Amino acid sequence: MKKLLNNKAARTNLITYLVVVLAFLAMQLMNSAGMLGSSMKGFLVPICVYISLAVSLNLLVGICGELSLGHAGFMGIGAFSGILIAALLKNTIPNDFLRLLCAMLGGGVFAGVVGFVIGVPVLRLRGDYLAIVTLAFGEIMKNIVGNLYAGTDAEGFHIAISTSRMPLGEGGKYIINGPLGATGIQKLATFSMGFLLVLFTLFVVLNLINSKEGRAIKAVRDNRIAAESVGINVTAFRMKAFVVSAFLAGMAGALFGLNYSSVTATKFNFNTSINILVFVVLGGMGNILGSVISATVLYILPEAMRSLQDYRMILYAIVLIVVMLCTWSPKVKEYLSVAADKALGIFRKKEVGTNE
Amino acid sequence: MRILQYLINGISIGSVYAIIALGYTMVYGIAKMLNFAHGDVIMVGAYISFCVTSYLGLPAWAGVLAAVAVCTVLGVVIEGLAYKPLRGTPSLAVLITAIGVSYFLQNAAQLIWSSSPKNFSSIVTMKPISMAGGKLVITGEVLLTVAACILVMVGLTLFTGKTRTGKAMRAVSEDRDAAQLMGINVNRTISLTFAIGSALAAIAGVLLCSTVPTLQPTTGSMPGIRAFTAAVFGGIGSIPGAMLGGILLGIIETFSKAYLSTQFSDAIVFSVLIIILLVKPAGLLGRQMQEKV
Amino acid sequence: MNEYSRKMVKVPTVNLLREQDMGKLPVLDVRNLGIDFGGLTAVDGFSITVGPTEISGLIGPNGAGKTTIFNLLTGVYQPTRGSVLINGIDIKGMPTHKVNKLGIARTFQNIRLFSDMSALDNVKVGMHNEIKCSFLASLLHLPSYYRAEATANQKAMELLDFMGLADVADVKAGSLPYGVQRRLEIVRALATNPSIILLDEPAAGMNPSETTELMHQIRRIRDTFHIAIFLIEHDMNLVMNVCEAIAVVNYGKIIAKGTPEEVRNNPAVIEAYLGREEDDA
Repeated sequence: MKKLLNNKAARTNLITYLVVVLAFLAMQLMNSAGMLGSSMKGFLVPICVYISLAVSLNLLVGICGELSLGHAGFMGIGAFSGILIAALLKNTIPNDFLRLLCAMLGGGVFAGVVGFVIGVPVLRLRGDYLAIVTLAFGEIMKNIVGNLYAGTDAEGFHIAISTSRMPLGEGGKYIINGPLGATGIQKLATFSMGFLLVLFTLFVVLNLINSKEGRAIKAVRDNRIAAESVGINVTAFRMKAFVVSAFLAGMAGALFGLNYSSVTATKFNFNTSINILVFVVLGGMGNILGSVISATVLYILPEAMRSLQDYRMILYAIVLIVVMLCTWSPKVKEYLSVAADKALGIFRKKEVGTNE
Repeated sequence: MRILQYLINGISIGSVYAIIALGYTMVYGIAKMLNFAHGDVIMVGAYISFCVTSYLGLPAWAGVLAAVAVCTVLGVVIEGLAYKPLRGTPSLAVLITAIGVSYFLQNAAQLIWSSSPKNFSSIVTMKPISMAGGKLVITGEVLLTVAACILVMVGLTLFTGKTRTGKAMRAVSEDRDAAQLMGINVNRTISLTFAIGSALAAIAGVLLCSTVPTLQPTTGSMPGIRAFTAAVFGGIGSIPGAMLGGILLGIIETFSKAYLSTQFSDAIVFSVLIIILLVKPAGLLGRQMQEKV
Repeated sequence: MNEYSRKMVKVPTVNLLREQDMGKLPVLDVRNLGIDFGGLTAVDGFSITVGPTEISGLIGPNGAGKTTIFNLLTGVYQPTRGSVLINGIDIKGMPTHKVNKLGIARTFQNIRLFSDMSALDNVKVGMHNEIKCSFLASLLHLPSYYRAEATANQKAMELLDFMGLADVADVKAGSLPYGVQRRLEIVRALATNPSIILLDEPAAGMNPSETTELMHQIRRIRDTFHIAIFLIEHDMNLVMNVCEAIAVVNYGKIIAKGTPEEVRNNPAVIEAYLGREEDDA
């Protein structure tokens, strides 16, 4: 145990888990004390979902160094397959919690499988080209799911991808209704499940990073040719990271889908992918705790600025640009550090003055 | 005859994509960044043209000129304020900043012009040419768009091939450090690229809204993504590639809408893109770089 | 190039196998290897055999195609002609990572360490295929993961210690001094448990005392691990002292092969390095 605490990586991980657990407990306490407003309560599940999405995307972008612009596509696959599974298992598994768990696992598996199928051809590409292909993939997914019909009638379960509405027989009930999306969803999502999802995501991603697989992934990012020369199958590792990331995004998507009474495919568009990417970049690439914090803050920020109405998104845009400039630009950073030194200098002088 | 009509329509919309894609490709070639705000500059251009013609009652050419002027300045200002300080940082940092700029432009437009769509009146007054007993119709917009596209293409090719500034531009995109050592002002060259790209975006905006007359703050995003796709399709960084990519994309889009499915046109267009990239990883006319070991 | 081959002086190929390697399968068997880039022939008709415990050198003027040969031997480039056999297996069509598993590891002329990772982690990446731990086990940190990690740590530390790098195990590779980085690359290559390692200019950027130390270390590597070493080097002192066999290339072709003594006195080699004396002058 002592050895564990001396290890820097282990210490960082421990802090990450602690922060998440404490935040959950604090929220639960505030909730039971009635200190949370109804809007804040509504944020709890989406925040957990976006934390998981950000952490899983960080595995791909920060650790693996591959830019993906289609993360929302996997989220969407997870959401719709999760909704389907939850609806179909309604009579088989009466327990809501277990059904939600099945739906999330199913969503994850679906997204993971799609990730694998897409990954085989796509992961041959690198850099900006991989980014554009993931973008294209996200749009294709949105397009297909937007024309997906699924429902049950007297004859059983029907599913179709079609440009026209799929007809259902007597007693028919649509679960997914093409462009109208999934409607009449039973809201199964709970904050506790969201918390468990975040913990699971952290567990998987942090474990992966601190294993031989994680070292190989980082090695591929640092120097692909050297990694190959020591016997690492680069494509296989990009694939592993891609599939794990898709799986986690699928689980998060399922939880997200089951948190609303209706969901349409347009929710999982390019903008959502970009938002998740913004969480990752602002939280720090490869910094898992950073992703957790930035997803939380950046999700609440626009919501908290609702009173500013029309100015809210423009302020968000400005905050985004300014933060990027302050954290990345060498000139701005230099200016800031000089300014900080000056401010500190004045402070110190005063201190010295009082001492005399 | 129908097929010819679709082909013409495809070339027309493809020409708009091509003009936008040229902006993407030039900026990528020279600054090595994906300028996601480029699509929103199109939207600003269209709004400016709309204001000048509808509110001030000036003729269409004045609208176009104003749009070009405003967008050129806008492009240079964006580059100077948001991108220049980030030069040399990882491309992802610049990408996120570009997304910030994109949000900013969209929401600023929403504040200024509201989110309700404006009805953009075409800048072309010419009557459509009807051929083969009305089976084949060529509108003035189509003629203007294709003409503009050819003009832009020829102009850019001459500019980058013949003029000193154009050659400097190519030098910077080839090797920035070497160009700097040769006495080329890299910063000015990059600003100039943004200026040209944004001016093209303004023209594309006016042409786009003349063909599809609804104008709202999000008008630029989808054509922006499409044009970006077109640029990658043709080989990002290559001027003829952007042209080819844009027109091919327009044709594929029109044909898939006409013969396959309207709902799945997005999926079809993007699938074609993925297939092309798998066969030719650097795009149709792009150059494949080999890493030196 | 044609003119050159006419002028080439043929050297009788001596049997360079060390006594203890006699009758054993050569670890590296290269036959008539060649590659063209576009119209340009970068390497042509390159053949060499390296015995299982031999230290041999590859020398030649700048741009002679030495690194290209290393890239061909490790599967980074696919050859246009000829074949490469590692421990008797043809590497034709294999990607680099599979070629490595046949038992060949290398270092790079322009150091390619994983600069953001610690020296220890660099070595552990090298041991990747040696660490026996399933994907699921590492994902869920099952007990087998902890066992595998502990073994890996111990072995990696031993290897670092062997090259005198134990005290920098936790230092980021990118911030190590140049000479240390070169040695770390060798350790990383050794970590893949190879039967031959290729060293691309291992002494470049080292001072004379570091080079002397390196010479001892190269011999120690061979004597401890019983593996073959094939190195490119411009430092003639190191090459002549350490190598038991030397091949000289120029313009992508072998112009001489032999013991250090033979190579040193070979007119073709002198010509390649110093330029040709005009016959009719």
